[in-house]
Amino acid sequence: MSFLVAENISLQFGGLKAVDQVNFAVERGEIFTIIGPNGAGKTSIFNLISRFYNPTSGRLFFDGEEFTSAPPHRIAKMGIARTFQNIELFDNTTVLSNLLVGRHCHATTNLVQELLFLPAVRRAEFEHRFRVEQVIELLDLEPYRDKLISGLPYGVRKVIELARALCSEPKLMLLDEPSSGLNVEETDDMSFWIRDIRDELGITVLMVEHDMNLVSRVSDRVLALNYGRELATGTPSEVQSHPEVVAAYLGT
Amino acid sequence: MRFIFKTDYDQDIRIFKHSGYWYSYSILLLVLAMAPFVLGNYLQSQLVFVFIYATVGISLLILVGFTGQASLGHAAFLAIGAYTSAYCQQHGVPFVVYFPLAGILTGMVGVLVGFPALRLQGIYLVIATISFGAIVEEILARWESVTHGNEGMKLRTLELFGQAVPRDSPGFYFLCLAVLILVILATLNLLRSPTGRAFVAIRDSETAAKSMGIDVAAYKVRSFGISATITGLAGCLYAHKLSFISPEMFTLLLSIEFIIVIIIGGIFSLHGAVLGAIFIVMIDPFLTTLKDDLPGMIGNLVHVFGADVPTASKVQDQAASIASAPGLKGAIYGLIIVGFILFEPTGLYGRWLKIKLYFQTFPMYKAATFKRQKTYVKSERNR
Repeated sequence: MSFLVAENISLQFGGLKAVDQVNFAVERGEIFTIIGPNGAGKTSIFNLISRFYNPTSGRLFFDGEEFTSAPPHRIAKMGIARTFQNIELFDNTTVLSNLLVGRHCHATTNLVQELLFLPAVRRAEFEHRFRVEQVIELLDLEPYRDKLISGLPYGVRKVIELARALCSEPKLMLLDEPSSGLNVEETDDMSFWIRDIRDELGITVLMVEHDMNLVSRVSDRVLALNYGRELATGTPSEVQSHPEVVAAYLGT
Repeated sequence: MRFIFKTDYDQDIRIFKHSGYWYSYSILLLVLAMAPFVLGNYLQSQLVFVFIYATVGISLLILVGFTGQASLGHAAFLAIGAYTSAYCQQHGVPFVVYFPLAGILTGMVGVLVGFPALRLQGIYLVIATISFGAIVEEILARWESVTHGNEGMKLRTLELFGQAVPRDSPGFYFLCLAVLILVILATLNLLRSPTGRAFVAIRDSETAAKSMGIDVAAYKVRSFGISATITGLAGCLYAHKLSFISPEMFTLLLSIEFIIVIIIGGIFSLHGAVLGAIFIVMIDPFLTTLKDDLPGMIGNLVHVFGADVPTASKVQDQAASIASAPGLKGAIYGLIIVGFILFEPTGLYGRWLKIKLYFQTFPMYKAATFKRQKTYVKSERNR
């Protein structure tokens, strides 16, 4: 069985079918991209995988295990981390503590230990910090460590979100429009990082992206959606030249 | 300006970040330790109230400041702690037992309040906690077999290990100080460990918190529980300090006073709770003095500026009638809150940080250092 499998998932808001009988399978070690015009249901699929929404029908499997009805906070522990289209950072804290929140799914200490700050808590904190520093080094975030998020520019916040997701040591990374709002240079950096995440850390990447240049540069396979329905799956060039995809983007 | 060269992760973890903290806090502790032997009875008593209000302020900071859950029901938690102590004392339970019991029982009630609060946001949560306060007030007034209703309850002198600790003795002062310090230390420990970071995460973005593996519901309930526990402990001390408690003492106005404590002190740091507590305890005598002296001062001023004596005394009478108008205190409180929210949202502690930075960076200070840019749109859909 593939690494992440969506089996006939549908999501309906009243009469609106946001996601309609979509099937896809992401293989281990792959960079898989979902494309589609606005409102095609890309982010809805992400929210289904993050378990923010309950699918109307269909089933989801991760690493051979079904998680269609797991609570949302279990997802991180299973090894799925995500970023958000509109940046959901913890604005009034420092970069460092944002990244440490990313380590939350590895927290082992209980409330009593924490209130007394026993040696076990301190040891765990050192371990978390060490992991966080590795991510900081990978993504060149050293200058921002002690800065408040609310004072940082958009491009940096985008990278910090990626870093926070990496801190949870995921097996699968969901990137919701990693290049939106970034300039050409930052997009270039982002494409290298996405590659690095896969090649060096061995993390499977599932992303939603509009920048076709970035998509064709990094992704192995692409799924095109329109009105919640699957149009085509295949390599970037196959999908880009698929007549239905062209029609969806340009109009018939 | 101080630049800290970091060579160890521990430097970011420890509570006292550099030696300067050790010096200033030891001096503060020394001053506080000498205070009851130097100060008069009245000021010592005021300080005890500062400690108790600061303890409640810290409990509110955990819930409101760090977890982002509003509460106007903390007077009720205080009442539960106070009445538990009074009831236990009447039934011969020793202080070392009923003091923690007051905390635990209030904490349990806090958890119970936390569960329905999970489904409520913002203003709805405020209304829910107000009604919780009203319910508790009503129960205290009606459950006469336990609470003696509107008659209230008298507390005997506190006895600690067979030693009487009267409510205006230095011993009681040190007890309250010790409780405050322990609560502050425990809270600081909490804030530098995963639970505290989870609280802050929930405050800033529930969506992201969920996707980072934080069980939002469990942590909100935990925050309510911790906050209520601390308030319950403060309630026990409050009851002993007043030596008499009755339901009409724990009204909405008291909850609002607690909220004022953290708004005025500063909602993002524990310093705020202490500064706010000093402010709220000291403003009452200040207003009373003002009420007595201000009309006379105005009268004199009018006279100095050339009005004849009858006009001046008329103005003085008018000022006196305004100053003694009922509900003036509430109005002044309201004005203070509005003023702080508009002009100094980071409170007294924020102002202190600005003054400190001004001197640290002396000719280079920029007023814009503390300006925050508007945040980017967040998706509210996934709440």
